[in-house]
Amino acid sequence: MKSSLEKKIINNQDFKSLVKKRSFISWLLSAITLLTYFCFILLVAFFPEVLGLKISEESIITIGIPIGVSIILLAFASTGIYVFIANREFDKTEKKILKKNK
Amino acid sequence: MTNYPAITMFFIFVFATLMITYWAAKRTKSRSHFYAAGGKITSLQNGLAIAGDYMSAASFLGISGLVYLSGYDGLIYSIGFLVGWPIILFLLAERLRNLGDYTFADATSHRLDQIKIRSLAACGSLITVALYLIAQMVGAGKLIQLLFGLPYEFAVVIVGVLMILYVSFGGMLATTWVQIIKAVLLLSGATFMAIAVMWTTGFSFETLFEKAVSVHPQNYSIMQPGGLVSDPISAISLGIALMFGTAGLPHILMRFFTVKDAKDARKSVFFATGFIGYFYILTFIIGFGAIMLISTNPEFLNANGGLIGGNNMAAIHLANAVGGDMFLGFISAVAFATILAVVSGLTLAGASAVSHDLYASVFKKGKVNEKDELFVSRISAVTLGCVAIFLGIIFEQQNVAFMVGLAFAVAASANFPILFLSMYWKKLTSNGALIGGGVGLMTATILVILGPAVWVDVFGNDEPVFPYKYPALFSVTTAFIVTWLFSIMDKSKSSKKEINAFDSQFIQSQIGLKKE
Repeated sequence: MKSSLEKKIINNQDFKSLVKKRSFISWLLSAITLLTYFCFILLVAFFPEVLGLKISEESIITIGIPIGVSIILLAFASTGIYVFIANREFDKTEKKILKKNK
Repeated sequence: MTNYPAITMFFIFVFATLMITYWAAKRTKSRSHFYAAGGKITSLQNGLAIAGDYMSAASFLGISGLVYLSGYDGLIYSIGFLVGWPIILFLLAERLRNLGDYTFADATSHRLDQIKIRSLAACGSLITVALYLIAQMVGAGKLIQLLFGLPYEFAVVIVGVLMILYVSFGGMLATTWVQIIKAVLLLSGATFMAIAVMWTTGFSFETLFEKAVSVHPQNYSIMQPGGLVSDPISAISLGIALMFGTAGLPHILMRFFTVKDAKDARKSVFFATGFIGYFYILTFIIGFGAIMLISTNPEFLNANGGLIGGNNMAAIHLANAVGGDMFLGFISAVAFATILAVVSGLTLAGASAVSHDLYASVFKKGKVNEKDELFVSRISAVTLGCVAIFLGIIFEQQNVAFMVGLAFAVAASANFPILFLSMYWKKLTSNGALIGGGVGLMTATILVILGPAVWVDVFGNDEPVFPYKYPALFSVTTAFIVTWLFSIMDKSKSSKKEINAFDSQFIQSQIGLKKE
């Protein structure tokens, strides 16, 4: 029941490479985010004292604080990376496919 | 105690938002305006609105209160709330925008049976919205009673009436602008507080933490994980609930349809993640600032040495300590505005589930004229508002702490798995989705009832039947397994058609090519 246009697009080389690239980036960044977060959560659950180590002899700040703040920054940075790549790469390919198949 | 500066500032806010509603009402003539603000919101505005939906009074006062109470644990909680956002961006936002028009059910039911899937999605949405709404209403009544010195019932009625006005007249356009204004006010207020706290320490984090540790009863323990998550199962389960729950909240998913295309949807998540992350860093500083500045000041303490009004008042008292009566009034008014904006978003999402999913697609089978659907959505908003006022009043003396957790659990176990699988798994069938989503919904609800939050805290039993506070690990897994099982067992003719339609849906989800 597929239209001929859909068949054309799905076999289109640009479309295939767009899907492949986008899903690679999406899943890679998702995996990094999930892995970081669940490592952190397991650290909290099993070794809370590790996060309680001080960053230096004289300081009262524990390494848990920069680690926590870094995860927040990493989350923001990863969305920035995705948007940057998508704006540069995917949008162009998308337009190309749509133009070709009008 | 009647707080005049707060009431004055709140009146200014209400006046401004009602003007916006009047302006928006004149522009809200069609379905697309009512549900999605005509798709004309920019990505920065939408990012602020999404962040606004997420920065509820509960998360502002609750997380700063949690930091005040136990330090580092508050940060763990914030991180859990934030990390759902990148995942939403990488896996859902663009596809959702490409496939849907007004509600997330547009996307899930794209190639599946309209009646089955829309009913399921509407059920999941309404339950999530209702639980969230009751929790917000009860919280609002108590907070306003405390801040403004107004009676509880009166406060609940004011919140309810205003939200009905915003939503039924101004639709998504008014709801979005109320949310944006509040987000800007909240971010500015929190920034001011954090700077004021750092100013007293000469902008040294070392001094901030040293002073906080020296006055806090748990001393050094506030610098490391404490009792919030003690066993690994609870830790992972909480993580799953926060992450996938966020990706299944109907009022948040709806915001992706207010921008013009997938590109703007993508950019809005980037802005939203930035604002939310910044906000959580501020609440961490505010919480520690509260330990340092107010936990030793008898002006803010009751006879037992606890905070007046409870730990959730930490940020409010801190506002008084650093900025005096005027700033206290400002932050109180912002807290009130926050509640209003969040309940309006919830009501709109609930009303859309009724009018767009249930009325137009299930009851009228898609054969409905726009005027009728618009009328039904306005009536639904008014009805939902009245129900919320009523439930807010009867739940006054009840313990509603479990409700937000349950809302997240239902969103993660019923809404998210179906949304995700409909886009990513070709072999998902309507029957599989209906049974799996239904089972996920039931499992989440039953496990919360049998768990410590309801069985022990509400019903007063000694031991919970189900030992974990957060059921998401079990209920989300169950939902996925049942959906998978009943989809592969489904050999019906209609299911073959649904599987065949995947490719065409896939093309649309990738490049936004609409089927003519």
